[in-house]
Amino acid sequence: MWTQYGDTIIHRDLSLRVNCGEVMAVIGGSGSGKTTLLRLMLGLEAPSRGTIKVFGVPLQGCAVGDLRQARNRWGVLFQEGALFSALSVYDNVALPLRELKALPEDVIRELVMMKLDLVEIDTMSMNKMPAELSGGMVKRVALARALALNPELLFLDEPTAGLDPERSHGFVQLIESLRRLLNLTVVMVTHDVDTLMAISDRVAVLANQQLLTVGPLWEIVQHKDLFIQNFFLGHGKRCDQENIKDFRKKLASGLHTV
Amino acid sequence: MESTITPPHLERIIDTDGTSRIDVRGVWLLRAILPHVLVLRPQLAAYAKDDKAQWDLRGVQQLDAAGALFLWRMWGRQRPSMLLKPEYEGVFADLASKRFPAPPKMRRDPLKLLLNLGQELLSFGQNVYAITLLAGNLLLDVVYLVRHPGAIPWRETSANIHRTGSQALAITALVGFLVGVVLSYLSAIQLKNYGADVFIINILGLGIVRELGPILAAILVAGRSGSSMTAQLGVMRVTRELDALSAMGISHTQRLVLPKIVALAITLPLLVLWSDMAALVGGMLSADLQLGIGYQQFLHGLPAAVPIANLWLGVGKGSVFGILVALIACHYGLQIKPNTESLGASTTDSVVTAITVVIIVDAIFAVIFSDVGF
Repeated sequence: MWTQYGDTIIHRDLSLRVNCGEVMAVIGGSGSGKTTLLRLMLGLEAPSRGTIKVFGVPLQGCAVGDLRQARNRWGVLFQEGALFSALSVYDNVALPLRELKALPEDVIRELVMMKLDLVEIDTMSMNKMPAELSGGMVKRVALARALALNPELLFLDEPTAGLDPERSHGFVQLIESLRRLLNLTVVMVTHDVDTLMAISDRVAVLANQQLLTVGPLWEIVQHKDLFIQNFFLGHGKRCDQENIKDFRKKLASGLHTV
Repeated sequence: MESTITPPHLERIIDTDGTSRIDVRGVWLLRAILPHVLVLRPQLAAYAKDDKAQWDLRGVQQLDAAGALFLWRMWGRQRPSMLLKPEYEGVFADLASKRFPAPPKMRRDPLKLLLNLGQELLSFGQNVYAITLLAGNLLLDVVYLVRHPGAIPWRETSANIHRTGSQALAITALVGFLVGVVLSYLSAIQLKNYGADVFIINILGLGIVRELGPILAAILVAGRSGSSMTAQLGVMRVTRELDALSAMGISHTQRLVLPKIVALAITLPLLVLWSDMAALVGGMLSADLQLGIGYQQFLHGLPAAVPIANLWLGVGKGSVFGILVALIACHYGLQIKPNTESLGASTTDSVVTAITVVIIVDAIFAVIFSDVGF
């Protein structure tokens, strides 16, 4: 697909396929159109040319009911959380469940408590407003909200931005364990090499309005393109297959727990 | 080596063979130079005139870029023969090598006024287009809700009714009352001249119920509720809460914009009635005090002086104004860009545009309904 606004071309002839059950990371420099790509995948914007299909449903020109169904099968974690500032933590996570209009309040309550427990938010924080939460907590509540409807697909926009290294590791660990637990497919936009090492299956590189390459991390770092070389400056050596396996084992065993 | 910190100063020593040596000593940092600038500058200017002078900067205790630049400019942007501590070599080498281009000259474009006018017209056209799109979207939402009554956002609508209506009662009453008093007072002065005192009832009644009540209520609501709606939607756009809603499949025109419009369509006519009452009470009070027209007489004469059609007209206008104010407020809110400048400008534009449109539409109604109610 192509995306352009007037004379500015954001994406040129871009083709990408995300397979069920994999973690696809999207990397690129600032202004390379990563966030736009995410918004296109969510159906918040339409490409100038081409189609985007999620779960086999084309996002443009399909029936509203089908689109609604598709939207209930995915969850989104926006950068900085995008929690509804007028609602409490509990209400934020309960919102998608209430929207279904099919569940009584007590069932919703149980589900919400389960989700909050999953992301390690204690019941005391349930009635706090988003403005009273720390950055890390905001992200975890936002993750709980994204998972409220038990989605099959999870979109993450810069999940570790603004978190200190310890929290970053903890969050990535959380995502990985949830992924295994809930059998999720994850599409992740990120800058962070540690995150890539920890959980990416394939990495898509956006540069110069095009998709440079897609593949597993240890293949990507060998790519000769100047952008990739600069991006992984210094990290190239530790991104080979063996190291990555090691890193993930350490992560799983809790060596980097919060 | 001096161990005490000294302020920046210069000393000229003239040797026996006529060459002068200038000792630069002290702390040459920006904050240290500033108090002494008036002394240093003429000194440096005078000393720098001598090309053959030998400068000795070894007594400089601290030097920053500002201090170096100060000396550099006084030397005419070139390096005189000087002795310098090695750690400061870099600073002066930097100054010598850097060449910054002069700032671009601002050319006055003779066509600028015309271009600005064209830009204004274009943005006006874009706004009209965007508002039409929004109105169209809302109509589709209404059709959807009529077919799916379970999705009607009752709670959002009632919350907005409370916020725009019940919380506006006090201010509307106050302003209405005072306007009524003033209007009555001014009219009474003129009417007294002709002995036509009793017509105060007609003037106040018709004026307030037909025109002033709706306009006053609309302006107050535009300033109060219009700006808050614009700001609320704008901030939600900036914090990506609107994106989060859309990503969850929740239509924000249905759940945020439509309730606001419906709420104002309901509350503004009610506020019109409320401000009508307040203004008439104020007018009545003033008429009694000035013209001696008693309350009984005033209230008795009102239905005869003001045909009921005027009341329906006023209330109907209120509803139309309510829809317009809310539509414009939400439109501007959805256009806000993620910066503080945009928030302030859009909120202002929203209120100004709403008031202007209300007054224009009021004029149109006045023409259309010029035969009604008299």
